[in-house]
Amino acid sequence: MKTATPGRSSSTERRGSFTTISGRSINELYTPADIASLDYARDLGNPGDFPYTRGIHANGYRGKLWTMRQFAGFGTPEETNQRYKQLLKAGGTGLSVAFDLPTLMGRDPDHELSLGEVGKCGVNVTSLADMETLFDGIDLGGITTSMTINSPASMIFAMYLVVAEKQGVAWESLSGTIQNDILKEFIAQKEYIYPPRQSMRLITDVFTFCAERVPRWNTISISGYHIREAGATAAQELAFTLRDGIEYVQYGVDAGLDVDAFGPRLSFFFNSHSDFFEEIAKYRAARRIWAHVMRDRFKAKNPRSWQLRFHTQTAGVSLTAQQPYNNVVRTALQAMAGVLGGTQSLHTNSLDEALALPTEEAATLALRTQQIIAHETGVANVVDPLGGSYFVEKLTSDLEEEALAYFDTIDRMGGMVPAIENGYPQREIAESAYKFQQAVEQRDKIIVGVNEFATVEDEPIGILYIDETTAERQLAKLNRLRQTRDNARVRAALEALSEGARGTANTMPLLVEAVRAYATIGEMCDALRHVWGEYEETPII
Amino acid sequence: MKVSGFGYQVSGRFQVSGIRFQVYVQKIRVIIAKPGLDGHDRGAKVIARALRDAGMEVIYTGLRQTPEQIVSAALQEDADAIGLSILSGAHMHICPRVMELLREKGLSDVLVVVGGIIPDVDISKLNAIGIKGIFLPGTPMQEIVDFIRGNTRSRVGI
Repeated sequence: MKTATPGRSSSTERRGSFTTISGRSINELYTPADIASLDYARDLGNPGDFPYTRGIHANGYRGKLWTMRQFAGFGTPEETNQRYKQLLKAGGTGLSVAFDLPTLMGRDPDHELSLGEVGKCGVNVTSLADMETLFDGIDLGGITTSMTINSPASMIFAMYLVVAEKQGVAWESLSGTIQNDILKEFIAQKEYIYPPRQSMRLITDVFTFCAERVPRWNTISISGYHIREAGATAAQELAFTLRDGIEYVQYGVDAGLDVDAFGPRLSFFFNSHSDFFEEIAKYRAARRIWAHVMRDRFKAKNPRSWQLRFHTQTAGVSLTAQQPYNNVVRTALQAMAGVLGGTQSLHTNSLDEALALPTEEAATLALRTQQIIAHETGVANVVDPLGGSYFVEKLTSDLEEEALAYFDTIDRMGGMVPAIENGYPQREIAESAYKFQQAVEQRDKIIVGVNEFATVEDEPIGILYIDETTAERQLAKLNRLRQTRDNARVRAALEALSEGARGTANTMPLLVEAVRAYATIGEMCDALRHVWGEYEETPII
Repeated sequence: MKVSGFGYQVSGRFQVSGIRFQVYVQKIRVIIAKPGLDGHDRGAKVIARALRDAGMEVIYTGLRQTPEQIVSAALQEDADAIGLSILSGAHMHICPRVMELLREKGLSDVLVVVGGIIPDVDISKLNAIGIKGIFLPGTPMQEIVDFIRGNTRSRVGI
């Protein structure tokens, strides 16, 4: 079998080597020889069939398009509520809440570390009162909501449940996702509060609680997005994310749950970076690996436990502050990769996000990008259109192989929690991030408008400024709340929470009770900090 | 006489008319800090490594440092420069506080640079409080290395 086009030799090529954005070497041509060991039924299967390499739905997007879910949140709950109503009116089909850093870190707006951070990177939610405002006029029974929240995931989820209760929507009918993925926080995004083992308990408490009380809720979104943004390669994103998934399943099983009781509610979240085919292969490899993990490693019997469902977000890190309109093109191509990879839902970034949170116009354009892909390009008419491509199948198998090698290494360390405690994934990612930056500086990797095709002066674009009065307004509301609520009830609920944390009680019902009493996020998180302490990492450069 | 790198670590002794002199140029000492609640540390870590590879002594504080902790680290470590990595939009609260504390501690000669997402309108405000180097996304590492090298106080002594 010939593997090169006749008459061409490397001396005529415009570069010494061709590599993906992750540094993977790419051949000139792929042929049947590259996929000779693949067996269609065993390794690919039709869409909807094990091992789901080609997709989890037999008819792909012909039945239902992906959910166009735009991550949004800024300032006060009042402002964000307006943005949600606008997004739903523009044809968005799900909500996705971005919280600010104080909320993500379980701090009230009056904590010293909240200085300058209130409402900046997302919406500030301090108590149930804010959550009520955030979803005011939005029927929680009629939409699905994704909430990007991790360390205080159970506190925010409890708030959502109580808002539903007040709207008269039964918990059994609620659908949506909490990110609730603490392992990738330790690995990449670093928004952790408690030490790893105590954090894992909060997560298994949610698994148990939802299996009984909120059966349609996705209890976790096991995320590679942030791992990739921190500098990981495609293979590292795939490997660490799925190995995190294994860790969660193991903890669930060890907590006494039947794997099929919570397996179908696990969902994933991947990045879509700029290297088009490598990304598509990554999603396909992810489905194949997970199907085997759940069936073979954990003996799950329910096919829904075997099916990897995922959300995709285009790569924030690929956006440039220079020539920001170029970002529209980057995002469209990355979104296309997510769709060709069979994503269940998608967020497209806005062109101004290397500069600030998106303006309403930029966010609408990002949504329109998805609508054009869905309705004009025809790519959603056929399932897994790249299945059978020599190149894509080879990349899929190579990525799978690399991920499985990482699994072995991490298994030998005793699992992901010990690996994190040893700084292993953190070191691997820091290494990749540095290598990539060096490749950019040496112009081995070209970023249009940055290290090539740069212009002297960029045309400025209008960006969103977060009103500096956000913090004042949130502080005023907090002070009013503390004066008007039943503080004895709050104290009792917080004491019960601390007591539960000392023992083995499920923390979820205790949190729901504290939320009903209008305990703040800082107070609830502190009640657990007092018992479990806080995690501090050893920084690795 | 020992010479290494590009003049970061030159030391030697010589004798003139029976008097012995020791000449030294110390490595530039830089604190890299992540103030505020944000945990996105890719940039901070990459630049810390680039400065170290360029021959500087780098102390990375880790995450969630208050301005007080950062300035106190600068004092203890006898730093020549502080690099603040801020992506969250909290820069107009954090930077003035750091500058004020440096003044109070008599460390006004410590170079302060900021890297991250800083809107255009805030750049002149930061310049006005004495922050000379502001590096936005896409800045080459070498540019930051050169800036710190060119703007830190001289450490040559006899």
